[in-house]
Amino acid sequence: MAINWFKYAAPTTFYGLAGKMIPFFAWPAAILFVIGLYIGFFVAPTDAVQSEAYRIIFLHVPASILSMFVYLIMAGYAALGLIFNTRLSSMMAQALAPTGALFAFISLWSGALWGKPMWGAWWVWDARLTSELILLFLYLGYIALHASIEDPRRADRASALLAIVGSVNVPIIYFSVKWWNTLHQGATIKMSGTSMQIAMQQAMFAVLAACWLYVIAITLARVRSIILEREANTQWVNDLPEVKQTNGRLS
Amino acid sequence: MNKLSLMGLFGLVVRRDLLLAMRRRADVLTTLIFFVMVVSLFPLGVGPEIDMLRKMASGVVWVAALLASMLSLPRMFSADYADGTLEQMMLAPQSLSVLVLGKIVAHWMLSGLPLALIAPVLGLQFDMSAPALWTLVLTLLLGTPVLSMIGAIGAALTLGLRGGGVLVSLLVLPLCIPVLIFGAGAVDAVTSGMSVASNMSLLGAFMLFALVFTPFVAAQALRISME
Amino acid sequence: MLEVGNLACSRGDHRLFSGLCFTLQPGQLLQVQGANGSGKTSLLRTLCGFIQPDEGEILWHGKRVRDLGEDYYAELLYLGHLNAIKDELNALENLQMSAGLAGYTISEKQAVSVLRRMGLQRREHLPVRVLSQGQRRRVALARLLTSDAHLWILDEPLTALDVGAVGLMQELIGEHLSKGGMTIFTTHQPLQVAGVETRQLTLS
Repeated sequence: MAINWFKYAAPTTFYGLAGKMIPFFAWPAAILFVIGLYIGFFVAPTDAVQSEAYRIIFLHVPASILSMFVYLIMAGYAALGLIFNTRLSSMMAQALAPTGALFAFISLWSGALWGKPMWGAWWVWDARLTSELILLFLYLGYIALHASIEDPRRADRASALLAIVGSVNVPIIYFSVKWWNTLHQGATIKMSGTSMQIAMQQAMFAVLAACWLYVIAITLARVRSIILEREANTQWVNDLPEVKQTNGRLS
Repeated sequence: MNKLSLMGLFGLVVRRDLLLAMRRRADVLTTLIFFVMVVSLFPLGVGPEIDMLRKMASGVVWVAALLASMLSLPRMFSADYADGTLEQMMLAPQSLSVLVLGKIVAHWMLSGLPLALIAPVLGLQFDMSAPALWTLVLTLLLGTPVLSMIGAIGAALTLGLRGGGVLVSLLVLPLCIPVLIFGAGAVDAVTSGMSVASNMSLLGAFMLFALVFTPFVAAQALRISME
Repeated sequence: MLEVGNLACSRGDHRLFSGLCFTLQPGQLLQVQGANGSGKTSLLRTLCGFIQPDEGEILWHGKRVRDLGEDYYAELLYLGHLNAIKDELNALENLQMSAGLAGYTISEKQAVSVLRRMGLQRREHLPVRVLSQGQRRRVALARLLTSDAHLWILDEPLTALDVGAVGLMQELIGEHLSKGGMTIFTTHQPLQVAGVETRQLTLS
């Protein structure tokens, strides 16, 4: 059975498809999130050194991992859009950016909350935290550039180029910061205890999976809005039942 | 009528931009004055204890250099964009990348190079030792071209946008962080008696890496922005 | 030979034109007509490769201009709304610089004689800043005389020109066409070249 993938790459068809797909990701995300947090907060044992405060890693670590991955995926979609001129890829990149920035922000926020009881300061210039901060800057730059260009095509292409340049730079930045950190601080603060309890692992993976599914669901939802926004003048959008209803109410 | 070689084109663009800048000297001077001012403001902000100043000198000079080169970035393409010369440049039959490289080099000679040359004087305000001063100049000479090169991409992407000047800093500054770390790090290494070789070779590597890729990427950015 | 097939172009959401086809042979003159905002400038900029068309092909001697890239640019001379001259430089420097950007060098003597033909004698060494609008346009148009490009794309070349300069333009285009060149232009003023039929392309 041959599936015509290009058919689904057209915004017109993808709009409906995405709408059908969202619940399949949103519900598991919610359930896994509850399970993960339950295990994390009630089942996982208290850490010998950090006592209860360590539990924030069940949010912090998945958020950090995803903030980095989402940037790479975003850059990948942006590159696809730039090279093959596929509009949907550019829209996906645009839709991923705010979620990535959100995860970077959550990672910083939870890192600060973790840092206060751990290191006695809200902010330490730890290599990972610093790179996370720079990653947030990269996201903000991408979003700001996209927002300040009015022509959507130029906005897509310009911010795609920026995302690609950024993704080439991310490893360089990461290693520079790490190097800088070891030079200035001596030893980096490490997680105490090398082995993780089974329950901790389960909690971590459950939240990580939940966050992945959340990213997919929210991106699909956002892509739908972007499609509507960009195709607002076309006939098929005006023929959509949800649009017709709103128009009817307005007039 | 003779054909112009690639080197000829490169030289022409550099000469042209320098000539234009010489007929509009104020622009070059404002960048320099800004640099001097920012560096001189730091002791007023943090206090005049000479030990602390000596410790932070390299970082202050480097951050100020970073900000000063951001200041001159929006001008890299905007005048040519406004009077239509950029359209002609896009139609250059040789290579837009070489042309962009020419503009980057001219920009560096007008912004990065003066900063590197005046930096020792500012270093004296912070009581830096002679080896540290030399290292500072050397790192600035290696690092500021990278700022101009990465900056060219940002300047090209924000061409003709409202508020492009602030936006370009927002885009470019995070990408310049490695240069800042190793540039200021080299000076710190000298003052603490360590070898600067690793810092210098990394800065050199950044420069070569940027030299290979950024002119092409900036040229693509210009094509996107001109559409 | 320039061939354009099924060309479509839009700005933002707005479709400017679609299904546009024409060919231009050596020695032919094409005028693009249409009301303000009908896409004349966009068409010319698309032909220059600044704008990627939504659909369709532009072929130069049977090859796609996108693939030809810089080889196509070498055969092309574009003159836009903007003069592409620098206020800080004088007419002579401007002419030499724009020749350089177009990939060739001209001697000072040659540049002086070209400027003289454009009616700019004794203005060669003045900064362009002090020249009038019409004179600046003449400096920009002087490029036509130094270039050996086959395809001229002129967007409103007659803006700000006086009667004498319009006559001169007609003469220049005539010479270019008689050498086997091609010209595409837009104008709101009448432009007739003796002995050449002006083909019309109307955008609506």
